[in-house]
Amino acid sequence: MSAQQVLMIIISMVFINNFILSKFLGLCPFLGVSRQTKAAMSMSAAVVFVMTFSAIITWCVYNYLLIPYKMEYLRTICFILVIAAFVQVIEMFFRKTSPVIYRALGIYLPLITTNCAVLGVTVLNVNDFFIKGSPVSASLFYSTLQAFFAGIGFSLALLLMSGIRERLDLVDVPEAMKGIPIAFVIASLMSLAFMGFAGFQIK
Amino acid sequence: MCSFKMEILIPIITLSGLGLLFGIGLAFASKKFCVHVDPRQEQVLDKLPGANCGACGQAGCMGFSEALIKGSCSVDRCPVMKQEDKQEVAGILGVELKEAAKLVAVLHCNGGKKVKDRFQYQGIKDCVAANQLQGGQKACVWGCLGFGSCAKVCPFGAITMDDETGLPVVDKSKCTACGNCVKICPKNLFKLIDIKKTVYIACSSHDKGKAVMDVCKVGCIACGKCERECPSGLFKVKDNLAQIDYNNYVACDDCVKVCPTKTIRKRG
Repeated sequence: MSAQQVLMIIISMVFINNFILSKFLGLCPFLGVSRQTKAAMSMSAAVVFVMTFSAIITWCVYNYLLIPYKMEYLRTICFILVIAAFVQVIEMFFRKTSPVIYRALGIYLPLITTNCAVLGVTVLNVNDFFIKGSPVSASLFYSTLQAFFAGIGFSLALLLMSGIRERLDLVDVPEAMKGIPIAFVIASLMSLAFMGFAGFQIK
Repeated sequence: MCSFKMEILIPIITLSGLGLLFGIGLAFASKKFCVHVDPRQEQVLDKLPGANCGACGQAGCMGFSEALIKGSCSVDRCPVMKQEDKQEVAGILGVELKEAAKLVAVLHCNGGKKVKDRFQYQGIKDCVAANQLQGGQKACVWGCLGFGSCAKVCPFGAITMDDETGLPVVDKSKCTACGNCVKICPKNLFKLIDIKKTVYIACSSHDKGKAVMDVCKVGCIACGKCERECPSGLFKVKDNLAQIDYNNYVACDDCVKVCPTKTIRKRG
């Protein structure tokens, strides 16, 4: 565990390998929930939360269950199972303990259950921090960090998009381009801009 | 042969084991974290209109139903529901229903296309946006801008823009007095008025008579004729505009004929 690696994970997840704009994962909420900044905020918070905790759980499942029994090929289905169950429990938990958080995140939590960005970050963790079937040192910490900042990167993209789309409502857009079409054009332009980070190298 | 069997068996057992584990876990969690919801709430919510207009002062119909169950809000706060439905909700809650007058949004302007434009407005076709540019393009700064923000904001489709007059028309059978048009109109031209009190002043201009006459032939010039000639004392001219005291309303249809500019009107 070195400071350089930590910094690299942070910058890589937020900018260089931004989940939405560079890896093209989680495009559904990117277009679906980006009409208003408020909804985008709630969605982002839910995604960060679920990503971080599912990364921890899937790391444990992978390390203690799948590797010892040589079932690495089952990771996709296992991870989906774990994430879905986890989100369900979390939803119930919030409903009981904190109605305020439940109202804010409630409708977005089920949306995340099968979100590819959440699955993507868990699979990425496994690819990055397991070498030849055994975890690198401090890999649980790295996984959690990577997942958390993947969520932050996701939030950044979502908030940028919602800010742009809110302003877009006031612009005279040609009839045929209104709504989703112009959103796609903007998404591609944003993605191009983020491609500029691809040349970053941290030494 | 044996290891081949194990290769298949172990994943199957693991996966179904995981599934079983999560299933049982979720079942327990749902028991443990079960939230008690008042069964009446669902019934009440079922009867509410579901338009989430917020006219009751709560956050949508869901919030309204919660407030109703808690007793912090009464059923007649909802202007949208039909009377029978209100009766039913009151029955579910076990409370008495108070009779409330049905209100309808009324536009206090008669200008529209009869008022000339001061300048050519080429911005967004929206009253709120137009109003920010020197109070809009109309020569009368009090009157309707005619871009139909009220029609757009009406969740019940009760307001349509009349192309001939350039003014919004309220369909009183569809209007539920949710007050969205009252809030959105940058000129504050809408008021919610009892459907039975049909006489209203179709002008909101506080300008002096001459200034009104210059820009609009159907505006109130504050001549005071209605105040003088109507025996019921229904009208009061205040700040260069005739006003009706709806709290002391008397059905007095003759006064409509008194007004020289035909600003006092009766709803059909």
